[in-house]
Amino acid sequence: MPNQEKNVLDPNKWIVLYADYLFNYTISRIDDKELAKDIVQETFFSALKAMKNYRGDASERTWLVSILKRKIIDQYRKANSKKGRAEVRVNFYEDGDKKGSWLEECVPQTWDNEAASDIETKELGDALNNCISALPEKHRMVFKMKTIQNIDTDDICNELDISASNLWVIIHRARLQLRKCMEVGWFKK
Amino acid sequence: MSKKVMINCDEATTICDKSQYCEATLWERIKLRMHLFLCKKCGLYSEQNKLMSKVFNTHLLNHSQHHLPDEDKEALKAQLEKKMN
Repeated sequence: MPNQEKNVLDPNKWIVLYADYLFNYTISRIDDKELAKDIVQETFFSALKAMKNYRGDASERTWLVSILKRKIIDQYRKANSKKGRAEVRVNFYEDGDKKGSWLEECVPQTWDNEAASDIETKELGDALNNCISALPEKHRMVFKMKTIQNIDTDDICNELDISASNLWVIIHRARLQLRKCMEVGWFKK
Repeated sequence: MSKKVMINCDEATTICDKSQYCEATLWERIKLRMHLFLCKKCGLYSEQNKLMSKVFNTHLLNHSQHHLPDEDKEALKAQLEKKMN
């Protein structure tokens, strides 16, 4: 395209312009500050190496984020292969004759209207984050990719090499556990 | 998902979660409706599930701002400059 201005890269300004943005982006997906720092650092290093491939179509920031996204996926994969196998599964449902019915102690309880009407407090946010930290690694990962990162189901399935029905079972187990955790710690009457 | 109309609580609540991401199929939503018509426990789950989604949207999407500490930025900048030369 003639006369269209191309974006250019200026690595001298990267830290000042994008370090906080990328760090923030990472930490909202991987809640470990040290790890997030490392990932941001690796992103800048990879970007430096890949500069010659930059065609100037996307903005500098978009381009950096696309590299960061791949780093985050790599991290998810690493966690997946390490801890995916030995996780404790909490069972919410009966087996045998009554397969798939609620276990008595897992049945949803009525929630306190007052607690449920004010969900914006910081304390509730802290409680939620504690509950998320308590999820098994793989469940937490898939839950976050779907709920926070808003990644397409197909993409998550491809990245993690799982089927869609597998993904929904994992999301379901994660949400069940989160719901129970918040019920006990926060919402119960 | 299977073709049978009557589903158990595990299947119903799984569809319920799926529908929170607007990804349940029409047939799944019909099966869920029918199950909820008969099952109070899952009805409560479904109702509370909407609140849970609201909680997630409130606290996970509008996350607070984090900043990389200045000393980390300095160190990173120094390393990046070294690699550039």
